[in-house]
Amino acid sequence: MNAEVKIMRTAAEMAYTDALSALPANEPVRALREKALRLFTEKGLPHRRVEEWKYTDLRALIREMPPLARGADKAAIAEAKKSAVLAKIGAREITFVNGAFVAELSDLEAIEKGLSIRTLGDALKRSADVAALLAKINPNKYDAVFALNTAALNEGVVIEVAPGAQIAKPIHIRHVVTGTAPVSVFGRALVTVGTKAQATIVQSHTGPDAVAYQTNTVLQLSLADDAELDIVRVQAEGDKAIHLSMMIGAIGEESRFRSFALTTGAAVSRHTVPFAYAGKDARALIAGATLLRGKQHADVTLEVDHALPGGESRELFKTVLDDETRGVFQGLIIVRPDAQKTDGRMMSASLLLGENAEMDNKPELEIFADDVQCAHGATTGALDDDLMFYLRARGIPKKEAESLLIQSFFGEAIETIQNEKIQESVMARAAKWLGERSVK
Amino acid sequence: MALLEVKDLHARVEEKEILRGLNLTINPGEVHAIMGPNGSGKSTLSYVLAGKDDYEVTGGSATLEGEDLLELEPDERAAKGLFLAFQYPIEIPGVASMTFLRTAVNAVRKKRGEEELSTPDFLRLVREKAKELSINQDMLKRPVNVGFSGGEKKRNEILQMAMLEPKMCVLDETDSGLDIDALKIVADGVNRLRAKNRGFLVITHYQRLLDHIVPDVVHVMAKGRIVRTGGPELAHELEAKGYAGYENAA
Repeated sequence: MNAEVKIMRTAAEMAYTDALSALPANEPVRALREKALRLFTEKGLPHRRVEEWKYTDLRALIREMPPLARGADKAAIAEAKKSAVLAKIGAREITFVNGAFVAELSDLEAIEKGLSIRTLGDALKRSADVAALLAKINPNKYDAVFALNTAALNEGVVIEVAPGAQIAKPIHIRHVVTGTAPVSVFGRALVTVGTKAQATIVQSHTGPDAVAYQTNTVLQLSLADDAELDIVRVQAEGDKAIHLSMMIGAIGEESRFRSFALTTGAAVSRHTVPFAYAGKDARALIAGATLLRGKQHADVTLEVDHALPGGESRELFKTVLDDETRGVFQGLIIVRPDAQKTDGRMMSASLLLGENAEMDNKPELEIFADDVQCAHGATTGALDDDLMFYLRARGIPKKEAESLLIQSFFGEAIETIQNEKIQESVMARAAKWLGERSVK
Repeated sequence: MALLEVKDLHARVEEKEILRGLNLTINPGEVHAIMGPNGSGKSTLSYVLAGKDDYEVTGGSATLEGEDLLELEPDERAAKGLFLAFQYPIEIPGVASMTFLRTAVNAVRKKRGEEELSTPDFLRLVREKAKELSINQDMLKRPVNVGFSGGEKKRNEILQMAMLEPKMCVLDETDSGLDIDALKIVADGVNRLRAKNRGFLVITHYQRLLDHIVPDVVHVMAKGRIVRTGGPELAHELEAKGYAGYENAA
C-alpha cells in the first residue's frame, strides 16, 4: 500500500514561513537565509518527539507568530530609555529596540584601540567576511529554532577584538522590546576575540509584561588561541514573552571562557548552548541562575563538546522554582577520542519552593577517550526544615529566613561572575526577585 | 512574676508522648539545671520551648513573663527573649556568619521596637563579644558553622546569645563534644551573661558543666517530667550514684 505522508503544519509554522519569505532580500546572506527557511519549513517547530525538545514542546507552546517587529519609532525609543537594566556597571551600551539598532541609546564614541563594533546590517553591506562567518554555520547543524533565526538574519551586532587588545570596559548589548502589541524580534550577535585578547560582554533582554511577544536571539562566539572572554546574560523579558536563545561557542587553544546567565523573565524560555573546544588546553565555565515564579517554564540545554586534549569545563546551574513553575536542565558533555586529559564537571541543583513546581534534569556524558575525569550531578530539594528552624530560632522571620537560604543557594552561581560591579548588579536583580516573592 | 513558667506540659513527636506533665518555674536571675538519663525528654523540652514544628503540644502551658509562648512563631519567641543554644548547631553553607548575625540582631531589635544597629556599631559589638569568647574574625567571615570544630560551633552559639541579649537562655547539652578548655571558654561566656533580669536553663547529662556554671536549682528529669528538685549538691549526688534510681521513678 502506498501511503503518502503529509506533514501538517500549525498556523504558527505557516505564519513564520510566510513572514520570513516576505522579508526584503539581504543579498550577502540571501542564499543562506533561503536555505534556512526551507529547512525550517521542512522541520517545523521542535516538538516533544524530538529528543532534545522533549520537555519543551515548542509546537504546543507557540500557537501563533506575532508580526515581525517594525523597528523603533520615537515612542519606542522614549520607552526604551526608561528601561535601566545593569545601568550602573560602567559599560559601553549598544541598544536594540524591537530588533533595530538605536544610535541615540548607544555609545560608539571613543572606541578602544583594537575594538570594533558594527551593526550586522552595516557589516553585511560593507564586508564579505561577515557573511562568510555567518555562512560557516550550516543552518542544518542545529535545530529548527536556529534555522528560524538564520532565515530572519537581518540585524544584530558584530563585535571584534583584535589580537592582543585588552578591553577593560564591559560592552553591554541591550535588547529592549516596547509597546503593547505583540511582535516577533530576531537578532544575531557575532563576537570574535583575537589571540591573547580579552573582553567582557553583557547581554540583556527586557520587555513589557502582559504582551505575548517573541524573541529569537543567537550569540555566536569565537575565541582565538589564548584569548579570554566573559559573557554575562540577563534574561528579564516580560511575563508573557517567549524567549528562544542560543549561545554558540568555539574556543581556541589555552583560551579562557566564562559565562553566566540570569533568567527571571518570559513565560517560556529556552537557552541552548552548543559549545566546542576547538583548541587544546582550553578552559570554560558555563554557569547560570534561573529564578521562576507563577507558571513560567525555563529550559537550559547545554552541549559541551571536547574534541581536543587537556580541556577543562565547568557547568554550574542553580534553579529556584516557586509556585507552579517548570524547569528543565539538559547537559551533555562529549569527550571525543582525541580529548585525553579532559576534566569536565557539571552540576545542576534545584530548589523547589512551590508544591506544584517541577524540575527535569537530564545530565549526560558521552566519553570516547580513556584518560579523562568527568562528573555530573543533579539535585532537587525543598528548603531544609532544620535550617529554617535554626534561623527562625535566632529571631529571623520566615520570609527573611527563606530569602537568606534561597540567596545562599543561587549566590554560589552568581559569585562566578568575575567583574565585581556586574556581579553586584546581578545579585541586586536576584535579590529584587526575592523581595517580590510572597510567603505562603 | 516568674520569668519562665511551665505547667503540666505534655508534648509528643508523631505518636510518641515525650513530655508527660512537666512543671518548671524559673525566676529572673536564677540558673536552673535539668539533668536526666538519655531519652528522658530534656532536648524535647528545649525544642518545644523554642517552637520546633515536629513537636506537638497536647496539653499544659508555657509562658515567658506571663505571655503564652506556645502561641508564638519561633522568631517571635526569640524576639520576646527566648534563646536556645543548640546541642547540634546547624551548618548554613553560603550564608556568612556576619550576615547571619546582623540579620538576626536587627530582626530582633526591630521586633522589640529598638533601632537597627548601624554597621560600625554592629561591628564594634561583634568584635567585643567575639574576643571574649576567643572567636577570631576569620571565623566570622566563613559561612555559619561550616567547617567549624565542635568547640567553635558551641562558642558561636554563645556569641549569638550574647548578641541577641535574651531574657531566658536554654542551653541544650552545650557541654557535649567539648574538651575541658573549650568547656571553660563556653562556661565563662555564659557566666558573663548572668544577670539579675536573666534566667538560664542548663540541660546536661553530666555534672561536669555545673562545676563551671554553678546553678541555683537542680532538677532531675525522667520519663517526661521533673521527678526531683534540689540545690547544686544534687548534681554531685547524681554524679556519684548515677540515674539508676530515677529510671523508673516517673
